[in-house]
Amino acid sequence: MIGFATRRLLQAVIVMLVVALLAFTMFRFVGDPINQMVGIETSIEEREALRERLGLNDPIAVQFYRFISKAARFDFGTSYQFRQPVSELFAKRIPATLELSLTSALFALIVGIPMGIYAGLNRESPISKLFLSVSLVGISLPTFFIGILLIFLFSVTLQWLPSFGRGETVQIGSWWTTGFLTVSGLKALILPSITLGLYQMTLIMRLIRAEMLEVIRTDYIKFARARGLPDRLVHFRHALKNTLVPVITITGLQLGAIIAFATITETVFQWPGMGLMFLQAVQNVDIPIMSAYLLLTAFLFVAINYIVDMLYFFIDPRLRVGRP
Amino acid sequence: MSVLDVKDLTVEFPGRNSVFVAVDDVNLSVEAGKILGVVGESGAGKSTVGNAVIGLLQEPGRIAEGEIYLHGQRIDQLPYKEKRRLRGRKIGMIFQDPLTSLDPLQTVESQLVETIKTHLPLSNSDAQKRAVELIDAVGIPDAGERIKQYPHQFSGGMRQRVVIALALCAEPELVIADEPTTALDVSIQAQILELMKSLCAERNVAMMVITHDMGVIADITDHVAVMYRGELVEYGETSQVLGAPNHPYTQSLISAVPRPDIKVERFPVVNYIEEAGTPQKQIDISTHWLGKARDYDKVTGPLVQIRDLDMRFETRGSVFPSRRKYFQAVKKVSFDIQEGETFGLVGESGSGKSTIARLVTGLYHPTGGSILFGKTELTSLKNRKDVLAMRRQMQMIFQDPYSSLNARMRVRDIIAEPIKFHRLASGNSEVRQIVDDLLDHVGLGVAAGQKYPHEFSGGQRQRISIARALATRPRFLICDEPTSALDVSIQAQILNLLKDLQEELSLTMLFISHDLAVIRQMCNRIGVMRNGELCEVSDCDQLFEAPQHAYTRELLDLMPSMELLSRANLESA
Repeated sequence: MIGFATRRLLQAVIVMLVVALLAFTMFRFVGDPINQMVGIETSIEEREALRERLGLNDPIAVQFYRFISKAARFDFGTSYQFRQPVSELFAKRIPATLELSLTSALFALIVGIPMGIYAGLNRESPISKLFLSVSLVGISLPTFFIGILLIFLFSVTLQWLPSFGRGETVQIGSWWTTGFLTVSGLKALILPSITLGLYQMTLIMRLIRAEMLEVIRTDYIKFARARGLPDRLVHFRHALKNTLVPVITITGLQLGAIIAFATITETVFQWPGMGLMFLQAVQNVDIPIMSAYLLLTAFLFVAINYIVDMLYFFIDPRLRVGRP
Repeated sequence: MSVLDVKDLTVEFPGRNSVFVAVDDVNLSVEAGKILGVVGESGAGKSTVGNAVIGLLQEPGRIAEGEIYLHGQRIDQLPYKEKRRLRGRKIGMIFQDPLTSLDPLQTVESQLVETIKTHLPLSNSDAQKRAVELIDAVGIPDAGERIKQYPHQFSGGMRQRVVIALALCAEPELVIADEPTTALDVSIQAQILELMKSLCAERNVAMMVITHDMGVIADITDHVAVMYRGELVEYGETSQVLGAPNHPYTQSLISAVPRPDIKVERFPVVNYIEEAGTPQKQIDISTHWLGKARDYDKVTGPLVQIRDLDMRFETRGSVFPSRRKYFQAVKKVSFDIQEGETFGLVGESGSGKSTIARLVTGLYHPTGGSILFGKTELTSLKNRKDVLAMRRQMQMIFQDPYSSLNARMRVRDIIAEPIKFHRLASGNSEVRQIVDDLLDHVGLGVAAGQKYPHEFSGGQRQRISIARALATRPRFLICDEPTSALDVSIQAQILNLLKDLQEELSLTMLFISHDLAVIRQMCNRIGVMRNGELCEVSDCDQLFEAPQHAYTRELLDLMPSMELLSRANLESA
């Protein structure tokens, strides 16, 4: 177990280093950074001085090392657009994105898992068929379209829910702002999290259903029934637990995807999160923000994957022994 | 009074256009402390009877007619919840495959405790105590320790003991065992049968054993019911039914069982059996393509000489050689196979017999030793052309007829592939003719070539495998448990076919099986394997009459007794 954990940790570090190299390359070689920092009227001498001061004349390896050691201390340089440290900008935006993605992931799990279990156990029932056809909508409609549809219905026509922004937020600690504590904040969360979580919900539901159908046919479920165990135990203790390994894999990856790619939903709902900031950064060629965003998403994926791998050990005892 | 009474039971499976009657008007009863055997071949409906009794018929099956009584109380019409309360409490069930019938994610203890608490009003700690007692009672040592373990930490036989303990949790009055020992080795099978017999007597449980194995029936049952296509064809005391069967199906079934005690030239072919390869146009092998141009070097001495063969698999990899761990599958094995003989390898699972087959065919590369085929040393062949030439001379027939044929290819293409690959025929029309003749010869008929493998039964697929193996005109055929997935009647046909082919084509065979009776019928000389080592090699008759090695004697003792069968068998044979 410990051997496995360290090996995976080592792999994770290697992945992060490769991503860091990419982020660094983008920083250094997408256009001349000096040109983007200074105005047109800056003289060549001043430019050279700035270049020297920023260390852009040092060997590549030295620069890369400097980049990594700074990044490890969350120092990603200064944004070209805002003239503020990138880490501060992110710190302001991260709470909004995390709250949105966690809410939508919870929504996807809480709605998707029971629907999947039901559809797997009652294969022929009309409700399962309804679930399946509705879930097709979730898979096939693009996110932005669902978002606009929801806005049109609930904000424009019914005027129940706000169509943009986070509503009122409350400051917790030095930099975390939360929308969970106010009514308008909670109301503002509903539409974007449904928009963002619908696809994941569909995926989880279909996956659980397929796994359930598979597991229900196994001998140990038949044997559990033949021992007269109540359906509750058979379905939840024996069947559901055996479907979990693939579900956790997918859920983990999807959580990463939700956090990293909330961009579209954030744009549709003008949600003040990282995704929106990233889009603006792309439009303005704000490379420090782009490379920091790249590092951050990569880190999220690697961390979630690592946690998922470790979770396997707790779920499946067969992995705990005998495997390298 | 009998514990279980089944009266006029008919079970139907409604299909799209027609209704399939799986069980037709069956009457049975089991008494306390007695064992009833239900025997028949696949599709006979024997498992369906068991499922109907415990109320777990697979959808859309239903009891169309008849009544089931448990201790005089009718149970087939009970509502779902009450039926469920009977399961485990009054009727226990044991399944075939111990490797898949336990939940892999729960400890043995938690599975036992939840079952005990479902049925008996016990506290957690009392249920735990009872669980340990049960595990002890089914003969698992260190019950207190082992109960905390997960199913994958037990061997197959031990898992079947756990399954039995689970079935006995709440002291049921009736236990239904569906093929309880089919997936187990002979020595384990003997232990489990012994355990079931003693539990049945000690606890005064009525037991219904569903099996296709006449040996099991002869060994432990008091009464036997023989089923054929959903009908009960014969029912009575075991000694009566096996000793003097009345119904022609029972007679043919018994005569198809391979005998370990007498060698017969051929298995009696019985016409009561399905899909008996209808006699097709036979070809005269001596003038046919298959028989001629067998341009092999003449060999003096043995065809295959295996010397000090070693094979080990790495079970734990490491950068440091000293930390690597190995499993020694084959240890210093040496034997010869003479041209034209059938050499048998027998042993339990894990004894290394299949590994030897794979080493000889070159699927594995040995870690040590040598394999001499004719004058060629197989282990040092490097040149691809030489390897192919050797491969053409030896072909293999695998155990599982379902996974050894490509499901996406027509049978004709499956058989033609080796001919084309080795460029053995001059043109497509010749290949076609050869394939047709082969199909005829193995008893499938030319029309079979157009079909896909899934359209055939297990026995027919094994015929396809044989035709495919013959397509390269091999001189050496390796059969790895070719009939262990088949019913006895089908097994008899396939073994007959192999014998015929061997005679016609003067093939040399390496025949691998765990079944001593089959080995005896097929082989001239036999090697007994255990834990990767060859214990004994001797002539067939000598091995059975005067075994030298202690392990061989042990294996022979473990075989289910066939005494009951002898009379009937001799008469029909």
